[in-house]
Amino acid sequence: MTTNLETARHPETLKRVCIEPLTRVEGHGKVTLLLDEDNHVKQARLHIVEFRGFEKFIQGRPYWELPVLVQRLCGICPVSHHLAAAKACDRLIGVDRLTPTAEKVRRLMHLGQVLQSHALHFFHLSSPDLLFGIDDAVAHRNIVGVIRDHPEIAMQGVLLRKFGQEVIRVTSGKRVHGTGALPGGVNKNVSLEERDLLLADIDRILDWAEKGVQLIKRIILTRPDFHYRFAAVDANTLSLVAPDGGFELYDGGLRARDPQGETIFDHADDQGYAELIHEEIKPWSYMKFPFIVALGPEQGWYRVGPLARVNNCEHFHTSLAEQERQDFAAAGEGRPLQAALATHWARMIELLHCAEAIRDLLLDPDLQGTDLRRDGRLQTTGIGVLEAPRGTLFHHYEIDPDGLVTRANLIVSTTNNNQAMNESIRRVAADDLDGHTLTEPLLNRIEVAIRAYDPCLSCATHALGKMPLELELLDADGQRVGRLVRHADGSIAL
Amino acid sequence: MSKTFKLDGREIPFETGQTIMDAALAAGVYIPHLCHNPEFAPHGSCRVCLVDIGGRQVSACTAAASEGMEVDSCSESIQETRRAILQMLFVEGNHVCPACEKSGACQLQAVAYYTGMLAPHFTHFFPRRPVDASHSDVIIDFNRCILCELCVRASRDHDGKRVFAISGRGLDSHLVIDSPSGLLGDSSFAAGDKAAHVCPTGAILPKGRGYETPIGERLYDREPISIVGDVRAHEEEVV
Repeated sequence: MTTNLETARHPETLKRVCIEPLTRVEGHGKVTLLLDEDNHVKQARLHIVEFRGFEKFIQGRPYWELPVLVQRLCGICPVSHHLAAAKACDRLIGVDRLTPTAEKVRRLMHLGQVLQSHALHFFHLSSPDLLFGIDDAVAHRNIVGVIRDHPEIAMQGVLLRKFGQEVIRVTSGKRVHGTGALPGGVNKNVSLEERDLLLADIDRILDWAEKGVQLIKRIILTRPDFHYRFAAVDANTLSLVAPDGGFELYDGGLRARDPQGETIFDHADDQGYAELIHEEIKPWSYMKFPFIVALGPEQGWYRVGPLARVNNCEHFHTSLAEQERQDFAAAGEGRPLQAALATHWARMIELLHCAEAIRDLLLDPDLQGTDLRRDGRLQTTGIGVLEAPRGTLFHHYEIDPDGLVTRANLIVSTTNNNQAMNESIRRVAADDLDGHTLTEPLLNRIEVAIRAYDPCLSCATHALGKMPLELELLDADGQRVGRLVRHADGSIAL
Repeated sequence: MSKTFKLDGREIPFETGQTIMDAALAAGVYIPHLCHNPEFAPHGSCRVCLVDIGGRQVSACTAAASEGMEVDSCSESIQETRRAILQMLFVEGNHVCPACEKSGACQLQAVAYYTGMLAPHFTHFFPRRPVDASHSDVIIDFNRCILCELCVRASRDHDGKRVFAISGRGLDSHLVIDSPSGLLGDSSFAAGDKAAHVCPTGAILPKGRGYETPIGERLYDREPISIVGDVRAHEEEVV
């Protein structure tokens, strides 16, 4: 399951190629490749290069600030952190069951979040690679190219995301970084006016979500050999599932399966995650490497996110998404699909599910309920787990008797995917780059593999940043033999 | 016929003994302020209520109104001075508005918006100040204290307890608590004290609560402080 490209034996004799920063991903990271004289790849690593340290600086803060404070980890999926922290705070105040209104408002907020994040990723960040091909001219292979060549697809992407953001605004007060969830509940319900505002658009949203699934299915099935092979790695999978084994984003039991789809653990209580998942630290990355304890650090790494979730669940409880899931499952011919690019397919099925589930929830009168919060007795430990757009997200806090945080552990989705992303770029390095003279389209293949996971590197290390892309090719003596610069306008200079 | 003075060209009536601030507020004219609270003796320490009288800058909360004086409270140079004072207040403490329970209902934040302060400008001090959560009902976040002494005055003059005092001098000035351990939980402080309800920032807050008012419905979400007035006037709504 793992390759041998993590650490080269004699790195001092190899030349180094660095892709920094990775583009069209959220956050700041780089990839380094070590090549021998004949351009054979000997080492490939995805690095997260910055560090923010939220787990440290929230120590000493009052627990009730956590949902609002830690959501600042991210500007794309703040709702996931907001809700994971709120779920942990529910436990801290001894509440294990919310009022129906509170739970449904939170679920609605979360569905809006997943919908907008998936739309952003698929249409804005990945559609250029998928629509134009990995080797398309770089000046064309971007969102501006999509707007020019496929204006209707670009517009649908923008408006799908806008709808998701509106759902978030209605439930949390702001499109980004709101305050809806409180320990034990929420601070507002959804008024009839707000509901009707969202319902007015829902048919159009459903139509576009369905078209999105058909688009990615068509792209993948047009060249199935390539799409199933590219960056594919056999991985264990981890996700939440509903009690009946169905698809679940907000609250459920943990399910892990091996690459053949056999159960490693199932319906595990998320409060016991620390018994199931451990984290390994490697000296070359600020991002930790989680693994399933039962399998150990070498074999226990796993994949989370859309591909893991759609593989792991037995059904969707919304009809359109379930039909699409059946097509998806059939493509695996009895095994979980392990193709990195199939993640885009799974992602769009999830987006469709979110649109359907939002429609169903909006018609639920509990959203207009006024019983918003529950209270209980203060505890010392709180754990909140949910499925963020990019995968399983763990928030774990400990507090002192005064209510101040003494310890925090966050395992974010992208961290869970750390080894899987590394294995995918090693697969690309071995399959597509090995022995070739490196060009921009070849290096883009590395980025395409990473993009499939939709990593949020700022969440993962809690870093942020944006810089132009500059590649340097050094020979074994450290002398520069080639240089490639991508300017902010997309132009390339040698 | 009562006496008057001119505030930004507008005639303001006043009674003998009234300050510029008292007369302006009575006439419905807003002069930004933080340490001023009409329930307590004027303090003149935050300097946000600076006004110009014939080229001399004085604090409106301590300067007596007098017949015929011409007071400038909204010229760009006065607002610039106020912004600089506010910027210094922001960088001296740790005012993390995005995560603060008081955001949207905070007088410091509202006054900063009123004066057009968009960024702190100065280098942050980033002081290390632990939160005191030892009390069962109230927390003190010293990161947000601006040394306005309203809690000091309220505890001393209203509650008759003297729970709070300012210790140290200059940059070392800080709020201290009268208890053997220095912790609020060991003091005679109670959640019903006046001192628990006068803080213009989020330094003294009810424990275990926050963000209960949805965004859009908070005190200063719809109208500025010049129309809404001080936090203390809406204490029942915001606590």
